[in-house]
Amino acid sequence: MSSLLAPMFIQGIGLLGPGLPSWPASQATLRGEQPHRFELSVLPPPARLPPAERRRAGAVIRLAMAVADEAIAMANVDPQTLATVFTSSGGEGANCHSLCETLASPNPLVSPTRFTNSVHNAASGYWHIAVGSRHSSTSLCAHDGSFGAGLLEAATLMHSHAEPLMLVAYDLPYPEPLNSARPLPDNLGLALVLTPAPTNRSIAELRVEALPSRLASPVDVCGDASLDALRAGMPAGAGLPLLQALARGLQARPRELTIDYLPQLKLALRLSAVEHAE
Amino acid sequence: MQPVAISQHTLTTAIGVGLDATLAALREGRTGLAPRHFLDAALHGWIGEVDGVDAIVLPPHLHEFDCRNNRLAWLALEQDGFIAAVARARARWGAERIGVFLGTSTSGLLQTELAYRHRQPDGSLPNDFIYAPTQNTYSVAAFTATALELAGPSFVVSTACSSSAKVFGNAARMMAAGLIDAAVVGGVDSLCLTTLYGFNSLELLSSDICRPWDAQRHGLSIGEAASFALLERDCAAPQGWLLGIGESNDGHHMSTPHPEGAGAIAAMRMALADAALQPRDIDYVNLHGTATPSNDAAEDRAVAAVFGTDVPCSSTKGATGHTLGAAGGVEALIALIALRHGLMPGGLNLQTPDPALRLNYLRENRAAPLRTVLSNSFGFGGTNASLVLGRAA
Repeated sequence: MSSLLAPMFIQGIGLLGPGLPSWPASQATLRGEQPHRFELSVLPPPARLPPAERRRAGAVIRLAMAVADEAIAMANVDPQTLATVFTSSGGEGANCHSLCETLASPNPLVSPTRFTNSVHNAASGYWHIAVGSRHSSTSLCAHDGSFGAGLLEAATLMHSHAEPLMLVAYDLPYPEPLNSARPLPDNLGLALVLTPAPTNRSIAELRVEALPSRLASPVDVCGDASLDALRAGMPAGAGLPLLQALARGLQARPRELTIDYLPQLKLALRLSAVEHAE
Repeated sequence: MQPVAISQHTLTTAIGVGLDATLAALREGRTGLAPRHFLDAALHGWIGEVDGVDAIVLPPHLHEFDCRNNRLAWLALEQDGFIAAVARARARWGAERIGVFLGTSTSGLLQTELAYRHRQPDGSLPNDFIYAPTQNTYSVAAFTATALELAGPSFVVSTACSSSAKVFGNAARMMAAGLIDAAVVGGVDSLCLTTLYGFNSLELLSSDICRPWDAQRHGLSIGEAASFALLERDCAAPQGWLLGIGESNDGHHMSTPHPEGAGAIAAMRMALADAALQPRDIDYVNLHGTATPSNDAAEDRAVAAVFGTDVPCSSTKGATGHTLGAAGGVEALIALIALRHGLMPGGLNLQTPDPALRLNYLRENRAAPLRTVLSNSFGFGGTNASLVLGRAA
């Protein structure tokens, strides 16, 4: 493929979802060495927040910060130096449900904290406050294509600014009755720390191209049926084939992947091994 | 950045549907705010409601998108020959080479708020509720791309009140990278209960009409709006130019700006650098100017730090209300109207200027030829975006 966009170098990875407790603890599952078991994810309180805020932090903050922190630790970078792209299909479902219930009652009394946490960029806002970063941040949504939108925007930002950034993709289920209208099986988040040039901690080179579906190869699936149900059933799951390829390790020949974005548009990815100086 | 041509634009707010009505209201100094209730929301305050949104009927093939937000989007799209201009761009570049990037804060959330009032005996939502084309944050971009028959990359930016300023940057970067040749950008945010009661819970809603830069200002008035601009790689007769964009974060507080406007200063300086301009090159600043005590104080310091206190400034939120996720797009296009007509709109509703604020804040319309205008948009979560726009010729 002839990508127009400059390459990015993956330096850190974060992952949290059902049966995927972290990036290191999910290696065997992602490599296909053990079957994926759907066990509901547990969202840790964000260690980065002060104790009072940590207790109050809603699920969306817990999920986004968990994967962001894991990626930052692996990349060994100062999070204050990173621009960010956050992407999600719907933010925190439980918070939205609670607000809608309140607003359906006469003379509703809305909690200011619930309202503040309802904005789509809540996770980004809390993250930039927690790490003290004034670098730019965006918060995107493209429904089921939210991961693709985030990855394409990350690649475009890297192409134009050539500065390190973090992509954080996260989706959370709604409680009933909204869950029936928008069924999502559990929480799923993943994060990538990306740099414009290779470093001695780079894991892989990643190139991204958007292709009309009629020109794209078929979308890559996860071999394991349970894992593939997550790929197809969670917006952030579109990134799982990329993590599988990274977990399996890269050979001399680049690995090409096609992932979902919009019905009429796919993302073609090319992963290459990075030659380290030492 | 390489300047990007704005080949067509349109906006619909409480002061008018389409460009002619908007210009007339700006010339008359007329506000679209009124002391009225939205639905049964028993809140005291002024609202910038666009008349006639409920009566809009979407074309049959777009029916599944039916909700207040998409009706407002459709009302706006039908003005000023915008659909025809997009059709010409589609014929020129191809549908796959035109992106759609829109800002919104709540999209079609009102549809869900209303559905929760009509739950069935078993608690389930009404059978006619469909999530993706209405409630989902992306619905307004999916609707617009479908209505305009565009097939390029698309997404919604939802960074609260900077959303629809930031989309100009997304489009410009994708064009510079060669991914697309044109884009429809803008923003749509319609009135809903979450934002009215939510801002009220934070004590940020004014019971009086909003009064940016006034000594007695005590909060915002919420409005609704839709704005659209067609950006193209090149164009025979541009209506104006996008010259630069700056984006930053405060990293300070979720709902209060940095007191010295540190992030805002960074965004304005980045926008100037991106446009290769000096502060003295900017002829007018359209302020974020929400009329909350903290926003106007922080923005006054920030603009003064970048430009000094001579540059003429005003906020147009006294006319349109704060249109939240649509505000950045609305004010970018008011900046474009200012450039095209040599009209700096005076800020409305100002009774007693706040002596603590130092900017050259315009209380009356001022006519002068303008070459470049800067527009500020700041949002919850500490997001800042500044745009620099230039006159066509």
